[in-house]
Amino acid sequence: MSKGRFGIHGGQYVPETLMNAMIELENAYLKYKDDPTFNRELERMLNEYAGRPSRLYYAERMTADLGGAKIYLKREDLNHTGAHKINNVIGQMLLAKRMGKTRVIAETGAGQHGVATATVAAMMGMECEIFMGSEDCKRQALNVYRMRLLGAKVHPVETGTATLKDAVSETFREWTRRMSDTHYVVGSTMGPYPFPEMVRHFQSVISREIKEQLQEKEGRLPDAVIACVGGGSNAMGAFYHFIEDEGVRLIGCEAAGRGIDTLETAATISTGSVGIFHGMKSYFCQDSYGQIAPVYSVSAGLDYPGIGPEHAHLHDIGRAEYVAITDDEAVDAFEYLSRTEGIIPAIESAHAVAHAMKLAPTMGKEQIVVINISGRGDKDCAAMARYRGEDINE
Amino acid sequence: MSRIADAFRGKKAFIPFITCGDPDLETTEKAVKAMAEAGADLVELGIPFSDPTAEGPVIQEGNLRALQGGVTTDKIFAMTERLRETVPIPFVYMTYANVVFSYGAKRFLSRCRQIGVDGLILPDIPFEEKDEFREVCNACGVQLISMIAPTSEERIGMIAKEAEGFVYCVSSLGVTGTRSRITTDVGAMVRRVKQEKDIPCAVGFGISTPEQAEEMAKSADGVIVGSAIVKLCKQWGRDCVPYIRDYTASMKAAVQRASTEK
Repeated sequence: MSKGRFGIHGGQYVPETLMNAMIELENAYLKYKDDPTFNRELERMLNEYAGRPSRLYYAERMTADLGGAKIYLKREDLNHTGAHKINNVIGQMLLAKRMGKTRVIAETGAGQHGVATATVAAMMGMECEIFMGSEDCKRQALNVYRMRLLGAKVHPVETGTATLKDAVSETFREWTRRMSDTHYVVGSTMGPYPFPEMVRHFQSVISREIKEQLQEKEGRLPDAVIACVGGGSNAMGAFYHFIEDEGVRLIGCEAAGRGIDTLETAATISTGSVGIFHGMKSYFCQDSYGQIAPVYSVSAGLDYPGIGPEHAHLHDIGRAEYVAITDDEAVDAFEYLSRTEGIIPAIESAHAVAHAMKLAPTMGKEQIVVINISGRGDKDCAAMARYRGEDINE
Repeated sequence: MSRIADAFRGKKAFIPFITCGDPDLETTEKAVKAMAEAGADLVELGIPFSDPTAEGPVIQEGNLRALQGGVTTDKIFAMTERLRETVPIPFVYMTYANVVFSYGAKRFLSRCRQIGVDGLILPDIPFEEKDEFREVCNACGVQLISMIAPTSEERIGMIAKEAEGFVYCVSSLGVTGTRSRITTDVGAMVRRVKQEKDIPCAVGFGISTPEQAEEMAKSADGVIVGSAIVKLCKQWGRDCVPYIRDYTASMKAAVQRASTEK
């Protein structure tokens, strides 16, 4: 079996042209991940630039309203650039610098990863090009402007469904063309090894903090951790340090779109099967001949036909549960959290909120649920207004 | 001796690629016959994939046209089986790992054996991942073709050592598609392969003109052309067959010129 396996999943399914780049990256990652100087620099940037540690906030009104478990919100939305994405970007870009790269490329769905990459590139003085499906460029016009403002070049991708999967394909193609000075900052726990492990490593700061913060506030572990899952980086980050704690339920919320019994869905675990795509073996939405299915979700960040290989494995061994949340449920949760706690979550994160709204009332008052609020929802306001039939301009 | 080895024996090989089902399978079938008649030594039959990450725009679009036309792996097997009755040159399927994996590698390769397919190229399966498919290929007498790239460097030795059929030498960085110039020292790549193993080397990626084919054939045992043919399929649709025949003949002649010069 090749490198980077999580059970049967993972691996390195990339063209030969990229293999030496994968090996170079693996060597850099293994060399620096436990290097004290590297980690001091990483921590300093996470704290001073990204604003970590992020808060663990007790959602008192939501808890009272739902009448069950105590609800805490992990506020990744408060990070600089408004999402968890920057944790991984800072880590990878520090590595890229040490590898002597001067240019970074990245895919983006909702635009959050693209904005984070463009931001850190501006701060580090690196050249930056972002690939984004042209459909997503329309859905997330504000983020396209933000990336340009930050000095990045944004390439709208017209191929296929013109969404996240096509942006990933196009970024891999660009990397195949030019890798000697260029690092591909993969935005999620997906792709070929070492990306799934490396991105999880840089995101695992989320669960490390949750554990410490909850210990301080409650003196105990949570009963459940809930996070939304597209490729799965915020969820892997929120789950990782709890995997060994078997009493902690880990729940990933996939985007069901208009429902898992429709074709307009992006719920990979609920509707997909094992396949090989984008450098990894994992679950994918596909037809019986292995053609990747066009997927749909109201959330551009979850609109992806695959899931990271570590999630696929956690599902296989039953360590994590994966549930599907529809557009309607997510939009309701988006509005609910805004009204109840004064926190506007990203529509992606609203999928996790939606599941907590179902789960918490079934749990005891002495129990604790942590929801990872992976991003803030300012970027979604215009689209949510449109979803409710209000035609507003950004 | 395998049909693939025969394709390179005593001559330089011209290897056209075509996306099966672009614009439809009937046209592909006629085009493959025409290419064989015009001198093609081996044909790469592309089984379309929805998201071909190693392809440039021309072949990406060819894949999508074929899939939109309703082509499936089973229909391509049926076409190949018919072609095998009249076309003697080797057939190599070129597709992506997921197409084979989702069909069931064993089931896919048993079908290949049954219908006389000689080889398989999977551009998203590097050396490190090949065992998963190699064992099934060997059991079914299908040769899994290895690729080397301009970035392979010290990896060439290990890849060549375990290569079978022929070695696919990728001429340039990036994805498939025509290029005006190829700057890689293909001769050096080929020599490095031959140090390790006496196996034919065919060059692909970026080649479209007879001049390029002749130049490349000087330093390799064969020349692979894909995008230029898929362009003809796009341009002429169902009427593409005579154009593909003429193009194949001109490319074959160019490759032969390189053999006689040597």
